[in-house]
Amino acid sequence: MTDFPSSAAGTELETARSGELRRVAIDPLSRVEGHGKVTLLLDDEGRVQQARLHIVEFRGFEKFIQGRPYWEVPVMVQRLCGICPVSHHLAAAKACDMIVGATTLTPAAEKLRRLMHYGQILQSHALHFFHLSSPDLLFGFDSDAGRRNIVGLAAAHPELARRGVLLRKVGQEVIRMTSGKRVHGTGAIPGGVNRNLSAVERQELRGMLPDAIRWSREAVQLVRELFEQNLPLYREFATFEANTLSLVRADGAMDLYHGDLRARDATGGMLLDGADYAEYWEHILEEVKPWSYMKFPFLRRIGPEHGWYRVGPLSRVTSCDFIPTPLAEFERRAFVEFDDGCAAHATLGFHWARMIEMLHAAEVIAELVEDDDVSGTELVVRGTRAQRGVGVIEAPRGTLIHHYRVDENDMVVRANLIVSTTHNNQSMNIAIREVARRYLDGRTLTEGLLNHIEVAVRAFDPCLSCATHALGQMPLAIELLAADGSLVDRLLRH
Amino acid sequence: MSDAPLPRVRLATTSLAGCFGCHMSLLDIDERLFPLLERVDFDRSPLTDIKHCGACDIGMIEGGVCNAENVHVLREFRASCKVLIALGACAITGGLPAQRNHLDLGLCLQEVYLTEPSLATGGIPNDPELPLPLDKVYPLHEIVRIDYFIPGCPPSADTIWKVLTDLLAGHTPHLPERLIRYD
Ligand code: SF4
Repeated sequence: MTDFPSSAAGTELETARSGELRRVAIDPLSRVEGHGKVTLLLDDEGRVQQARLHIVEFRGFEKFIQGRPYWEVPVMVQRLCGICPVSHHLAAAKACDMIVGATTLTPAAEKLRRLMHYGQILQSHALHFFHLSSPDLLFGFDSDAGRRNIVGLAAAHPELARRGVLLRKVGQEVIRMTSGKRVHGTGAIPGGVNRNLSAVERQELRGMLPDAIRWSREAVQLVRELFEQNLPLYREFATFEANTLSLVRADGAMDLYHGDLRARDATGGMLLDGADYAEYWEHILEEVKPWSYMKFPFLRRIGPEHGWYRVGPLSRVTSCDFIPTPLAEFERRAFVEFDDGCAAHATLGFHWARMIEMLHAAEVIAELVEDDDVSGTELVVRGTRAQRGVGVIEAPRGTLIHHYRVDENDMVVRANLIVSTTHNNQSMNIAIREVARRYLDGRTLTEGLLNHIEVAVRAFDPCLSCATHALGQMPLAIELLAADGSLVDRLLRH
Repeated sequence: MSDAPLPRVRLATTSLAGCFGCHMSLLDIDERLFPLLERVDFDRSPLTDIKHCGACDIGMIEGGVCNAENVHVLREFRASCKVLIALGACAITGGLPAQRNHLDLGLCLQEVYLTEPSLATGGIPNDPELPLPLDKVYPLHEIVRIDYFIPGCPPSADTIWKVLTDLLAGHTPHLPERLIRYD
């Protein structure tokens, strides 16, 4: 590993011989949420033969949820992920709604849950952009590693850092008021919620929102300017064409809390629309590969080869017909029209789309705070008991699926979770390969060049924490490959 | 913390088998992050690009120990940090991930990666890049010596703030009753 500055900024660029190939690892991936690493295999000329994102932890959450009463699940599953606990909390609660037969929640319950969810979107998007990713975008992908972080941001752009911290705080406060705690609260219960908002709480939030909306708008502008100033780079960096998947409301509006499944191909052609998520396995299957604990989902009708897709802000902003709040809708149009729509395929377009969603979340929160239903007192409904519940939500990072089967004693007998980051598995691997080939081939590797790969991974805002805990189970495809990589056998089960 | 020039303190944090909720709670100190940065330099942490812990004054770890790599990182932290803190329920007891302790790991993997236990074993991820899972999820203090244990899932931002400011002021952290929570 002679050509490696192995101590560069304390970063270990671990290498080892693997047959003819040289191995380079980025371990751990930093400024992403969770545990993962990337390995590259290079030939003697330094050309990239393989690039892989490994999810290195195994937890088997689905297994130990079995035998617990279903009403514990919405609280328990939050421990999958402390960054988007609300998404797991609500996806599980929605599944439990089906189990208790709560087909329609009361307006108060529905709106309080929405409020909680959009608070989560706001805090998570702010965290990802300001605390984790903006240093790359503002300082440059190969800038000094010691500065590429929130501390460096606070020194160079104190006002921006302050806004990031305060935007996140607004989202966290919304979560605290609706769930009782900032992290791992208990607001949603099967069939509804267990608390409402007081007049004092609403007043407190009301005071925070004008700034939150203004700063979110400016954050959208900031990303737009970054695109304008670095157009060739932003347009091409880790860019590839992909199918998209997200929930949308029946009228085609963006809706992050509830909707039907919609998938489009890279040109925008509809692959799936209005599909009921309660039968997601009709549309999605998963594959296992030996080098990662994270599975590889794909659209069933297209197959594993070409059926993989991208989820998250970029997919949602490009796939919906409109965003139902005015400022975010204005920005969506600008995004879609920008430079012949180039941002829609650009991996760095994720950041732009994410900021549009952050603005949307702030607007939605502002609307809900003014809605007296959030102080309503009818909080829970019940109906005909069912054995099976599926809850799907658009988490900050993309479509999140929770699926439970419950026996007559209320115990969970089967659980299946497909988390957002898992849907993006193949896309992230492709992004890594694109960047590795483009920037690393035959070059002397530096810490800065390797950070390019992390920049590509970060754009997806992978929550490796979720991905390591939640391992799908039901719709599964297993491929048996011979040593030469040829397909020996293939099994499908769902 | 605005008194005369006090020595700077180096802080490393990591998540082993944790959910990052404890780290989120650290960030929930909100604007207090900025005065903190006037005294503290971050070493390895999910917030920086430092991949290996250097010599540090304080190390904070969330999450228990679930695989060989966790053991390695934990030992590195113990060797590098003067004061090592087990932050949150998972670090102290293994937490929710330790629910797998009463299950057989092999069966667990089979159930997740092979829909029928009788199928070929080709489906369980086994690449050498993946660290070996341990038979159980262990609390930190079963592997290394720990100086302070901060309960909570996660401990509140105020709790973490109190611990840090006490340490920065040079005395043993003292938590009043209201800052000690277990939920
Ligand atoms: S103690 Fe709770 S918040 Fe902290 S890592 Fe464990 S599950 Fe997450």
